Amino acid sequence: MDTKQQKLVQKVKKETEIKRPVFRNAVKAFFVGGTICLIGQIILEILMKTVGLEKELANAVMVTIMVFLGALLTCLGIYDKIGQFAGCGTIIPITGFANSMASAAIESKSEGVFLGIILNMFKLAGSVIVVGVLSAFIFGTLRYFIGI
Amino acid sequence: MKVGKQSVVLENVYLGETAVVTGPKEKNGPLGRYFDKTYDDLHCKADSWEKAEMQLLRDALEICLEKNKLDYSEVDCFIGGDLNNQIIIGNYVLRDYPFPYLGVFGACSTANEAIIVGSAFLEAGMGKRILVGTSSHNATSERQFRYPTEYGGQKPESLTFTVTAAGVALLQNEPATIRVSGFTAGKVIDAEFKDPLDMGRAMAPAAFDTLLQHFEDFGVGPDAYDLIVTGDLSYYGRDMVVRLFKEMDMDFSEKYKDCGLLIYDRDEQEVFAGGSGCGCCAAVTFGYLCSLLKEGQYKKILVVATGALLNSVITAQKESIPGIAHAVVLERMVP
Amino acid sequence: MIFLKAFIVGGLICALGQISMDKFKLVPIYITSLFVFLGAALDLFNAYDKLIEFSGAGASLPISSFGHSILHAALEKAEEVGYIGILTGVFNLSAAGIAAAIIFAFFGAVIFKPKG
Repeated sequence: MDTKQQKLVQKVKKETEIKRPVFRNAVKAFFVGGTICLIGQIILEILMKTVGLEKELANAVMVTIMVFLGALLTCLGIYDKIGQFAGCGTIIPITGFANSMASAAIESKSEGVFLGIILNMFKLAGSVIVVGVLSAFIFGTLRYFIGI
Repeated sequence: MKVGKQSVVLENVYLGETAVVTGPKEKNGPLGRYFDKTYDDLHCKADSWEKAEMQLLRDALEICLEKNKLDYSEVDCFIGGDLNNQIIIGNYVLRDYPFPYLGVFGACSTANEAIIVGSAFLEAGMGKRILVGTSSHNATSERQFRYPTEYGGQKPESLTFTVTAAGVALLQNEPATIRVSGFTAGKVIDAEFKDPLDMGRAMAPAAFDTLLQHFEDFGVGPDAYDLIVTGDLSYYGRDMVVRLFKEMDMDFSEKYKDCGLLIYDRDEQEVFAGGSGCGCCAAVTFGYLCSLLKEGQYKKILVVATGALLNSVITAQKESIPGIAHAVVLERMVP
Repeated sequence: MIFLKAFIVGGLICALGQISMDKFKLVPIYITSLFVFLGAALDLFNAYDKLIEFSGAGASLPISSFGHSILHAALEKAEEVGYIGILTGVFNLSAAGIAAAIIFAFFGAVIFKPKG
């Protein structure tokens, strides 16, 4: 390719930029994400009103149930199909966190329990915990000393 | 004999019988009936994704030997590769065979790279029968380059879907219906594409470059061929090549197809932009195109296998994705 | 109704993530980390607590609440024992989620096989 052809490549590269269906994806994410949160809220209400748990405990149990559902759907091979449709609708809720751990663990099953499942579990989810703790440290320090 | 800058004209290399073994999605695609053996499940009755891919290659090797009525002792060597780290599939499968193994890596262009190396040996008189082959598997590829297969992340439309298939062919000196008339070895072409989820377009400039060089080296145009096929540019990459040639006042889009678009039905199967992977070009070329050449539907075709030469580490270092394309001329010998 | 608010707020947070992902061509891992950071940032101004009051699971289920509960727990402990509390209290409120994920992911991976 001479320089003229190289310039041509850059020109066609710009012309053929693939556009994503932003609005359509956002609507799908809205509905699926909203539904997951709705399910969580229903579980929360049942735990508080019917089972009679107090707020903090009910929340912890609700989160545990949602994590369980995320892991289960991942292991049944269903979560990735919903995820393809919903995008962030399934990535952002805590079920997405469970999915990232379960999927990494189950994928590495062929390497055995320790070198596979255990070692690889946090491959994708690790970033969430690191960023979380770092943010808490930075903002916590700011708030503690400067008292925002 | 070398011609031009990157090409070689071959006198003495022919294609014997081929074998293609695939997974379920390919079996259910438009070319299902052209494959020798198919599996109904991605695990291919093996314990891991990697072992499943090994099973595909092993099956293809055995079927190819059987179709060519060859004993292991009659094979001079096997040349091949795959997408896994250290091209591990061939390394392990060839443990069970008594002939030499030359592993090559050209990413998804490996099929043609193997043909090029094998043809060079045969043309030089260094052997009579050389097996060339390659494989890819959707799960091993997802696992290595992208995400765990059960991860709920959303894949964009630009993504190409790695084909689960292995293709093995015999290259021989003895005349046969299909002759390998020549090849053009590609250069590494980097057009500054940075998105690994947009591989088709990243490889398009390499296909463009190799095609241009091929036409120049051989002194021909697209008219010399009944069909020009790229390995796995799929929908967006193929579109880019068509546009590039249109800008040069060349339009052969009527006879230009892509293996990634042939092996799957994009409307019926969830494959995003189309197929990709070493197995894509191998399965379509060895299974489908060779059949069409034998039947007489095509007389002379140009197969341009394309590859993206990246890995996740270097991409994380914000490097762009270089591509490569190797072209092979397949011609039907009129008896 | 709390149910409608949970649906809408949860949906909006997810839609916001989706738009960022598509507009800036980010991969999911960036989005989750970004939202955890934002959740912590909002808790800095006590805004996230108010959001949870308002929409319940709509704010407590998205991953941003993880950032919020980490910062919240850290500050709670720091108020009790001094600055070192930032470190000692950090996982207090989010322990359930993390522990549950580890346990269920582990057993799930032991029992099931990936489908591809």
